Amino acid sequence: MNQDALYVLLADDDADDRLFFKDAFEEVKVKTVVTMVNDGVELMNYLTKPEIRLPNVVFLDLNMPRKSGMECLKEIRSNNKFKDLVIAIYSTSASEKNIEETFANGANIYIKKPSDFEELKKIMAKVVTVNWLHHLSGFNKENFLLYVE
Amino acid sequence: MKLHIKYDINICCKIILQEQLDILEIPYTITGLGEVEIKRAVSIAKYNEFETSLRKYGIEIINDPKNVLTQKIKDAIVEMVYLKDALPMINISAYLAKKLNRSYAHLSATFSEVTFTTIQNFMIVQKIERAKHEINEGRETLTEIAFKLNFSSVAHLSSEFKRITGLTPSAFKRIIRKRKETDLAEKHHVQLTKPNRN
Repeated sequence: MNQDALYVLLADDDADDRLFFKDAFEEVKVKTVVTMVNDGVELMNYLTKPEIRLPNVVFLDLNMPRKSGMECLKEIRSNNKFKDLVIAIYSTSASEKNIEETFANGANIYIKKPSDFEELKKIMAKVVTVNWLHHLSGFNKENFLLYVE
Repeated sequence: MKLHIKYDINICCKIILQEQLDILEIPYTITGLGEVEIKRAVSIAKYNEFETSLRKYGIEIINDPKNVLTQKIKDAIVEMVYLKDALPMINISAYLAKKLNRSYAHLSATFSEVTFTTIQNFMIVQKIERAKHEINEGRETLTEIAFKLNFSSVAHLSSEFKRITGLTPSAFKRIIRKRKETDLAEKHHVQLTKPNRN
């Protein structure tokens, strides 16, 4: 087990996006261990397996078939076992109402998905670094909100 | 020909440690399993050399002094930000250098290497954490909070808040309030729908 790495779980139904994210994580200075699942149903199955190491951060695509990011968010937040998980939601839309609703339902991070890869890398670097800082400092999770665009 | 070998891993490791410390002329005593006491201060360069030489045997130093120093820096900043009602009007670099008895350049380089962020950034993030706490408490105005935390103005606090969190202080407050309402509503809902056992 590597104590110096940030464990990341990513749920996205788009194979290209998963690849983009994986590449973006690889360029971040903080060491990350990335696991990927294809949708919300797979995500919830994965998280409830007893033998896994719970991730530090879960990245959720808001629009997924079978089970949406919002449904996953609510399910995760209703289970006390996952109280230490940081949840980052990303979506191509960013209406103020959407963002606030997502935060109110327990998300910690809202990422407006950029259209180009360079921007995505910058955003991931910021999100991972901020998370790393929180991870190291033991900040109050309830006050942890971050919006990036 | 096949040889069967029996070895004592503890003796192996101890000898490796002794050899490497002798080569680097570091005065030491081996105080127990997996514990070495270094007799006098060792330069960072020599320490790094020692660490590298052990790594090829799969031996790792757990108490990395860089981590220890970084923790001390963080503790000093947290203490400064949270201990008193208002932040002291002092220069952070001079304060840390004096308190930890090292040059600020050294502190700053070590900190960045371990955390991937700067001391200045850590400090501002801590101040924003405290601001969040005060905003949630709701006892003081944003102007008062800005003054207490040594921001030059309320506009400065707001812009730093936005830079760190992506949200304005008022959006932050609204979200936290909404979250509490959602929690309460859910608890209330559970209570109402619970079957009556009587």
